[in-house]
Amino acid sequence: MSFLTINNLSAHIGKRKILRDVSLSVQAGEVCGLVGESGAGKSMIGKAVLGTLPRAIIATGGEIILDGENLQDLTPTQRRQVIGAKTALIPQDPLTALNPSRRVGAQITNRLVDILGWSKSAAQHRALDLLGEVQINDPERVMLCYPHELSGGMRQRLLIAAAFAAEPRLIIADEPTTALDVTVQKQILRLIKEMQNRYGTALLFVTHDLGVVAKVCQSLLVLYEGMVLERTTVQDFFTGPLHPYSRALLETTPKYTDPTGSLTPIPPQILDAVRAEIVAYDQAHAHV
Amino acid sequence: MAEARAKITRPIGLRLWLSAGWLIALVLTTLLAPVLAPQDPLAQDLFTSRLPPFWIDGSEPGYPLGSDSLGRDVLSRMMYGGRVALSVALIAGTLTCLLGASLGLIAGYFRGWPDIIISRLVDIWMAFPPVLFAILLIAVLGTGLTSIIIAIVVIDWTRFARVVRAEAIGQGAMDYVASAQVAGHRRFGIMVQEILPNVLPTICVLLTLEMGIAVIVEAILSFVNLSISTDQPTWGGMISEGRLSIHQAWWVLVFPLIILFLTVLSFSQLGEGLKDRFDPVLK
Amino acid sequence: MSLLLQILSRLMTMAVTLFGVAVIVFFVIRVVPGNPIAMMLPPGASVEDIARLEALYGFDKSIPEQFYIWLSGVLQGDFGTSITARQPVLDLVLSRLPATLELSVMALLIAIIMGGFMALAGTRMRGTKTEAIVDVTNGVALSVPDFLWGLVLVLLFGVLWPVFHISGRVSPALDLPFVTHFYLIESLLRLRFDIMADLLSHMFMPALALAIPLAAVIAQLLKQSLKETLHLDYVTLARTQGYSENQVILREALPNAVLPTLTLIGVQFTFLIGGTVIIERLFSYEGLGNMAIDAVINRDLPLIQGIVIMFALIFTVVNRLVDLTYALLNPRLRNG
Repeated sequence: MSFLTINNLSAHIGKRKILRDVSLSVQAGEVCGLVGESGAGKSMIGKAVLGTLPRAIIATGGEIILDGENLQDLTPTQRRQVIGAKTALIPQDPLTALNPSRRVGAQITNRLVDILGWSKSAAQHRALDLLGEVQINDPERVMLCYPHELSGGMRQRLLIAAAFAAEPRLIIADEPTTALDVTVQKQILRLIKEMQNRYGTALLFVTHDLGVVAKVCQSLLVLYEGMVLERTTVQDFFTGPLHPYSRALLETTPKYTDPTGSLTPIPPQILDAVRAEIVAYDQAHAHV
Repeated sequence: MAEARAKITRPIGLRLWLSAGWLIALVLTTLLAPVLAPQDPLAQDLFTSRLPPFWIDGSEPGYPLGSDSLGRDVLSRMMYGGRVALSVALIAGTLTCLLGASLGLIAGYFRGWPDIIISRLVDIWMAFPPVLFAILLIAVLGTGLTSIIIAIVVIDWTRFARVVRAEAIGQGAMDYVASAQVAGHRRFGIMVQEILPNVLPTICVLLTLEMGIAVIVEAILSFVNLSISTDQPTWGGMISEGRLSIHQAWWVLVFPLIILFLTVLSFSQLGEGLKDRFDPVLK
Repeated sequence: MSLLLQILSRLMTMAVTLFGVAVIVFFVIRVVPGNPIAMMLPPGASVEDIARLEALYGFDKSIPEQFYIWLSGVLQGDFGTSITARQPVLDLVLSRLPATLELSVMALLIAIIMGGFMALAGTRMRGTKTEAIVDVTNGVALSVPDFLWGLVLVLLFGVLWPVFHISGRVSPALDLPFVTHFYLIESLLRLRFDIMADLLSHMFMPALALAIPLAAVIAQLLKQSLKETLHLDYVTLARTQGYSENQVILREALPNAVLPTLTLIGVQFTFLIGGTVIIERLFSYEGLGNMAIDAVINRDLPLIQGIVIMFALIFTVVNRLVDLTYALLNPRLRNG
């Protein structure tokens, strides 16, 4: 039984389609990557699950089944409670994802106390433990800091700690390393992998970086303009992907082994072929 | 999204047309006052004093909105009062705009000493309560239409100066100005030909706002009996008189108040409507 | 720049502004036609009488001399003597100041409550008809100045539904066992709720007239700020944690949305204080503004000067307080 199953999810904004019949499933404890260029719709899938799609985007058709419950069947309040209890988000930009007027410790403990009913002391203990787990030194002092007093790397560690605080069954990581320095990215990635291992959380990892996918994920989806082009395990993908676009994507990734090789963009024929697929899909669904 | 945008444009158009419509109707009515007014606004007649408006018992045909304690027709006085209001609005508004916008442009574009002096002046000016300043100036200048106009210009130029200065600073930092300077154009020329057109929409919006303010200032001054000295009717004067006989003849206060309310509202909404029209990016 | 230098430079700016105000008012009113001294004496007064009185008030000296004398007096706390009331100007001003302060603060509180409520309601209901109604109501409130609102209130609650008083500060029949002129505060401290109720009944209408335009400004600025804040990532994060829309608006967005609006609201508050001049007149409220109008009409030069300086002082102090509040509330400024 998979923990998260998405069946035929579509979404559009005005006339433009954002998601085209997206289906995926994530098992409990599995790390699944969502790969694609900017604008491919990968973030939108995560947002659709969490219920944070922008107002102008309308999700149509399909179902999102979380731990056996179809989220579309729930009332907004019920859905909010389920999401709050069972999932968490590791956001992209640690700078804007923390409330600038509140101490960071409270930003971890608040949801435990307010939403999940923990006692204040239990929440405090948990927060301190978590700060240790994400390797933040001097947790008692850091708890009382404001976000602007901490570095980008520390803030992201904090957000990771906050995400794992309530031991969620599913975490959506929305490009968590993109906004960080390259030197910090590796540390953060390793940290996320460690925590995921420790807690056995399912992880939906949104990224445009195939290297990240290789390190962290067990399965992946390749997206282009809202359409799933390939769905496979990481092993199969890196040994020999099926879809021409996926292959081209692999080709474009700069290789350590060939530092002098020139950067190859995706050949236009392949892009045309993919777009033709999309046009065909749109025409087939035009009457809907 | 397209539907949401369409919904936004309709109310904006509505606001613009309503306010412009009211103001045009007002201008026409006051211009044609000699023809339209049922009575002579200055004619006193004790036999027709305190007549109620036409829908109440006891009214008389020649006095549709009633009459005041001295028997003067409210409607006629309102029409003639509108002349004072609109002339003040037009003249004082325009002059204030010219003075304030010029100083603001100079301060914002040239910076340096002109900016320091003008900004300091603005700070000092804004430490005065405006109504008090106005009353003070009228006491100095004496009553009369010219005094009111001068008073408004002297007091309210800061409104334009502050905003135009800020915009000029913003525009002055832009690339098209730098290229004009590099090309060797005189700074004053740049200010007039490059910066002014870009600041013009804001100035126009402020101008309509200022006209509304001018009407109010005149009304307030009339209210404290410091406006024009003759017994020529003004809206503020009528309101002041009406305030006294509010229990016996409420219409003397109510109708000029409504007219004043609608006129000031229209000037303001006209400005808002223009601002939305000028805004190149409809949010 | 060290904190001390900052404070000093602020004080210097304040001093320059106040000095500028003093200069302007001093010289402007000396151009006033009409001799106030002559107006005080009976018609048949002799030239010597007028001259003597003029010398008493210092009008026989040159204008720059008069200014110097007056300024040195002010710096020692002597604002001269009122021509009409024959009392020290400072005493008169200080006796009326509390009334205006109480009125202004009450108007501020009403404006914050009304404006805050409208902003929150409009934000909570954004995208619906309710928000459109809020916007339209706000637009009207914003476009119409306090003077007109005062007149409307006089009509509504003075004539149609006489619930509140529309004249004066307190009912004449009441005996006021007060030490200061802060009637409202004292009545609260002395637990004289009967007097307090009477005071509030008199204050409510003028305060409301003053409050409406400020409330509209607050509503507009705050709603805009709230809507922008609601798009930020930490708000989205809070939503995924399970917080409801109401909680998100109140707990996450509101504290951060208020800060950028403070400076503008502070400026608008000084406009409100300026509005007390005409509103007090309209409601016959015995405050500083009302006294000011009479002073001008009666050409009471020393009193006019004193009142104008007092208003200017209030404005600058309010502006400084707003800056201070902003610095205190902004965590970045507090620690950084």
